[in-house]
Amino acid sequence: MQRFANPTLFLKLANAALPWLIAATVLLFAAGLYTGLVTSPPDARQGETVRIMYIHVPAASWALFIYVGMAFFSAIAIIFRHPLADAAAKSAAPIGAVYCFLALATGSLWGKPMWGTWWVWDARLTSMFVLMLLYLGYIAVWNSIDDPHRAAAIARVVAIVGVINVPIVKFSVNWWNTLHQPASILKMGGPSIDRSMLLPLFLMALAYAALFFTLLLLSLRSEIAARKLRQARLTEIGKH
Amino acid sequence: MRQAMLALIKRDARLARKQGGGFGAALGFILAVMVLVPLALGPDQALLQRIAPGMMWLALLLAVLLTADRMFQQDFEDGSLDVMAMSRMPFEIVTFTKALAHWLTVSLPLALITPPLGLLLNIDTSQLPILWATMILGSLALSMLASIGGAVTAGLRRGGLLVSLLVLPLYVPVLIFGVAAATASLGPSSSTPALIVLSAITLMSVVVAPWASATALKAYLR
Amino acid sequence: MILPLRLKAENIACERGGRLVFSNLSFTLSSGEMLELRGANGSGKSSLLRLLAGLNAPTTGSISLENGEPGASLAEQAHYIGHVDANKSALTVAENLDFWTTFLGGTKAPLSSFNLETLADDQALLLSAGQKRRLALARLRCAERPVWLLDEPDVGLDSASRLMLQNQITHHLEKGGMVLAATHTDLGFKTARTLQLGAVL
Repeated sequence: MQRFANPTLFLKLANAALPWLIAATVLLFAAGLYTGLVTSPPDARQGETVRIMYIHVPAASWALFIYVGMAFFSAIAIIFRHPLADAAAKSAAPIGAVYCFLALATGSLWGKPMWGTWWVWDARLTSMFVLMLLYLGYIAVWNSIDDPHRAAAIARVVAIVGVINVPIVKFSVNWWNTLHQPASILKMGGPSIDRSMLLPLFLMALAYAALFFTLLLLSLRSEIAARKLRQARLTEIGKH
Repeated sequence: MRQAMLALIKRDARLARKQGGGFGAALGFILAVMVLVPLALGPDQALLQRIAPGMMWLALLLAVLLTADRMFQQDFEDGSLDVMAMSRMPFEIVTFTKALAHWLTVSLPLALITPPLGLLLNIDTSQLPILWATMILGSLALSMLASIGGAVTAGLRRGGLLVSLLVLPLYVPVLIFGVAAATASLGPSSSTPALIVLSAITLMSVVVAPWASATALKAYLR
Repeated sequence: MILPLRLKAENIACERGGRLVFSNLSFTLSSGEMLELRGANGSGKSSLLRLLAGLNAPTTGSISLENGEPGASLAEQAHYIGHVDANKSALTVAENLDFWTTFLGGTKAPLSSFNLETLADDQALLLSAGQKRRLALARLRCAERPVWLLDEPDVGLDSASRLMLQNQITHHLEKGGMVLAATHTDLGFKTARTLQLGAVL
């Protein structure tokens, strides 16, 4: 299929969208960070440390959404055999993995003032950790299989099995956590989030999304270029 | 088709017996873990008793994992999978049957023999029956999920590490509910809910794994 | 069988690892006919056989078997003997053949078809390369399937074994089967048609 799919239209759209996306990313991050770190009020209980939330929560949510998106692209690739779908899933993975890592790192930083320790096996952090492993596994599959067609077909399976695993892990870890959780540990977040905190959270969520799509398009563009190069070389070999 | 399935199970069982390396090596691995745990944590009997069910589960799970990368490798390399893909048997049934054969020859014997080894870790003997039940049930899920890893790496020379990275996250729920059921028998809570969830997870793995393995293997056959 | 079988490939193209191996390939083959696939290394002989065996799908074009068993795919009506023998070296010759016979839905392990009776209880591990090849070829008779796809079937065979192979093929063609064989040597069938691969790309 690959050689007959024409990515020209996609490239045209991507090139038109990229400057806007980059501008949106910069503006949203500026606005989100300013409102989050400067103008929003400190939390009554957690004080200034609550500001880690503006980095942490959107990273965690998007890490999860991106994995679901990868599985969705993989399903599209299986059903419609669209060659761009595999490339999209492949390109999304490292971005999702970085978001996931960011969520884990900021979660750990947040844990120090909250819990007095760098790491707590709280249900959410634990699920996030497993998600990180799923990302690493998916990326490792692409890296260890030479033939890109074969790698694509197998990576699809890995993404879909992974996405089935995510809710089961979440459920299991929650169960496990209620068994082991000592009562004294503070729960993350509060019973209610003040409106003044919602705006920066919302802005940061959009900023992360804009950054994701920017990086995705950049990565897809080079992926398509690499494919063209590969195709040209194979045609050359075929002549000899 | 049932005859073909039986023939495949019989062949894999015979191969497992003649070639070794599966069950025997995995059992040796579990024994080694049993020795290393007290050496690492100290011979405190109360501590060992508390962690025994979890350690037994961990040892079983890792032992099964170690055999996963060979599940389809030989059949792929010697062309047997080509012939199997051309039979009347849907390829998903082939992968299911091979995972079932793996359960019968590796995971199930390990699940049967592991709980008594817990005596080395001063396990509370009242936990043994429930540990047996969860391990027998959960080992089927372990084999099924291992087959996904085995299929994904069937054509790779060094698939072992990748198998671990891919399969261990899938083992998380099995481990949690396997251990939860075994330890719940000690406290006030009952093991029943954990056992029910473990059954559901096992059932789910039986549904998903054959499809996933078949799809991955077909990519290698191309 | 009332209507003769017809294997039809129309305008098929094959890609492997992103490389176009061949394209615009068409041929038909009827009951009792043999087609020899010839061409240099990498011209796509093995790829074509794997396409016909259903292990890979053609990028374009179609492959069909007319008047075959209803509801069965071409792959289910074909035997494929590839470069590797699909034998288990830890099992005996008889155990290997028994397994494939039951698995493929046959009735009796065809030990005699390639003179394997005396080797029946030997581990496949102990066989010579030619004997292993004979064991692989015996799979052709484990269950009756009309289409034989053979990838260099005579590799490693001595002249006596080549004769066995010729006899089996002749017998199969007489019964209305068809054979596609990729080969670099002369298999000894004057009536066989030839398909040259890799001539034009």
